Amino acid sequence: MSSTRRPAIEGWFTLDDAAPALLGTRCKACGTYFFPRESFACRNPRCGASDFEDVPLSRRGKLWSFTDNRYPPPKPYVASDPFEPYAVAAVELEREKMVVLGQVVAGVGCDQLETGMEMELVLDTLYRDGDDDVVTWKWRPAHAQ
Amino acid sequence: MPNDKDVAVLGVGMHPWGKWGRNFVEYGVHAARAALADAGLAWSDVEFVAGGDTMRNGYPGYVAAASIAQALGWNGAQVASTYGACATGAQAIDVARARILAGLCDVALVVGADTTPKGFFAPAGGERKTDPDWLRFHLLGATNPIYFGLYARRRMEIFGATLADFAQVKVKNSRHGFANPNARYKKLYTIEEVMASQVVSDPLRLLDICATSDGGAAVVLTSMAFARKHAANPVRVAAVSTVTPRYPNTVIEMPNFATDSAVGVAVPDVPFRDSIARGAYEQAGIGPEDVSFAEVYDLSTALELDWYENIGLCKPGDAEKILRDGVTTLGGRQPVNPSGGLGCFGEAIPAQAISQLCELTWQLRGQAGERQVANAKVGVAVNQGLFGHGSAILAVV
Repeated sequence: MSSTRRPAIEGWFTLDDAAPALLGTRCKACGTYFFPRESFACRNPRCGASDFEDVPLSRRGKLWSFTDNRYPPPKPYVASDPFEPYAVAAVELEREKMVVLGQVVAGVGCDQLETGMEMELVLDTLYRDGDDDVVTWKWRPAHAQ
Repeated sequence: MPNDKDVAVLGVGMHPWGKWGRNFVEYGVHAARAALADAGLAWSDVEFVAGGDTMRNGYPGYVAAASIAQALGWNGAQVASTYGACATGAQAIDVARARILAGLCDVALVVGADTTPKGFFAPAGGERKTDPDWLRFHLLGATNPIYFGLYARRRMEIFGATLADFAQVKVKNSRHGFANPNARYKKLYTIEEVMASQVVSDPLRLLDICATSDGGAAVVLTSMAFARKHAANPVRVAAVSTVTPRYPNTVIEMPNFATDSAVGVAVPDVPFRDSIARGAYEQAGIGPEDVSFAEVYDLSTALELDWYENIGLCKPGDAEKILRDGVTTLGGRQPVNPSGGLGCFGEAIPAQAISQLCELTWQLRGQAGERQVANAKVGVAVNQGLFGHGSAILAVV
């Protein structure tokens, strides 16, 4: 049986392997970006409009800060067994003027990260569900490609 | 000088923090009875009960005021149960304060208690794909220490904080709380021991991060007119700030995946965490220079250093300096966390801000024993709850 790939959550990112992107929305009135997507009412208190466009977010940004998980997080996280520690990055997107969290790809630990470095978005396995490869967005240093 | 927005703290009481494994209601009843005894009042004198809710103890936890009132024996008091994550206690205090100031009652009991599970806090059960608190665990495994680790790393990068600075906070607080009868952890630590403890979320070690605890705290608040008949010079609550952020909030906050975008509107002059104590200072007409001591929410050692700046004890980047200079140690100019803080207590969420007011009260009365701050006149307590909850209380004598 071949494995099936599916996103860990629907509609939060594209499944484009070559150039995956987070999917946000942008208020048509004031230009504010939202991730996860907002489609009901603009949260800018001086705006409040309700027309949004879907936008892929910038695929690259600067590392704002980073840390890691040395112990398995509780459910509903599906932790590997044995648990492999992984880093978490907060990446600042210049165009959107926002910081977005994400796991860092396996094999890149805190000792290989530095605040201010260029990061890029990739798709990677979050966990295996039987034969299914459940994927999510992750960050990796842009020079690592 | 008292002003017309003051309410009196006539009684305070706590159940010791620990991992006792009993029903949270028991801790609440213990704390409430202690606070009533301290006030010299009977349960039948209480006209209003404000309860801090707990999310981890089923339905009784969502109606905490009634659960604890029932356990004390129904007395017909009006109740309100409130939740604001870690800031829950401040909300409950503010609800009681507002009723007293509105003239709707003279005597209010504020109580919060929690029974916590072992290990990391986890979200509520089920599969809830529109709940950011559930999603942050599912998609990122973003525990609370992940956010604390991001802030700590940022502090190292921006201000040059070191692991030894973080450890020094734990060392200081472990000395402060060593003789506190309500503290859970009574052990003196060295910088080396803290730095050698296991890394949980780099750069934070196990001993940099606060534990989850069981505990209960209560205060009896009354109108000033009522208080004057019972106490010569009662401690007064001069301000309570439960502010929310202003848009756009550009610091990543639990339980979010992203900050607000600053594209559509300018970033506010005062960042959220700075606005919390400021809200209380402005209400009371008191400034940080007037503060005798502070209780701050040291979810991590690094976060305590952030708070020094957020509450105006020093300018950004100087927290490590005032720590090293002993300013925030008992005996220094503005001691921080004389109780021992979360480092000695662990976190019992709905009780935490109430316990901060208990400590302010003991200090301002001169009843804090070995951890007494000399000549304490003004105390500030700050705290922050996820989903955008500020909490600051100013107490004076």
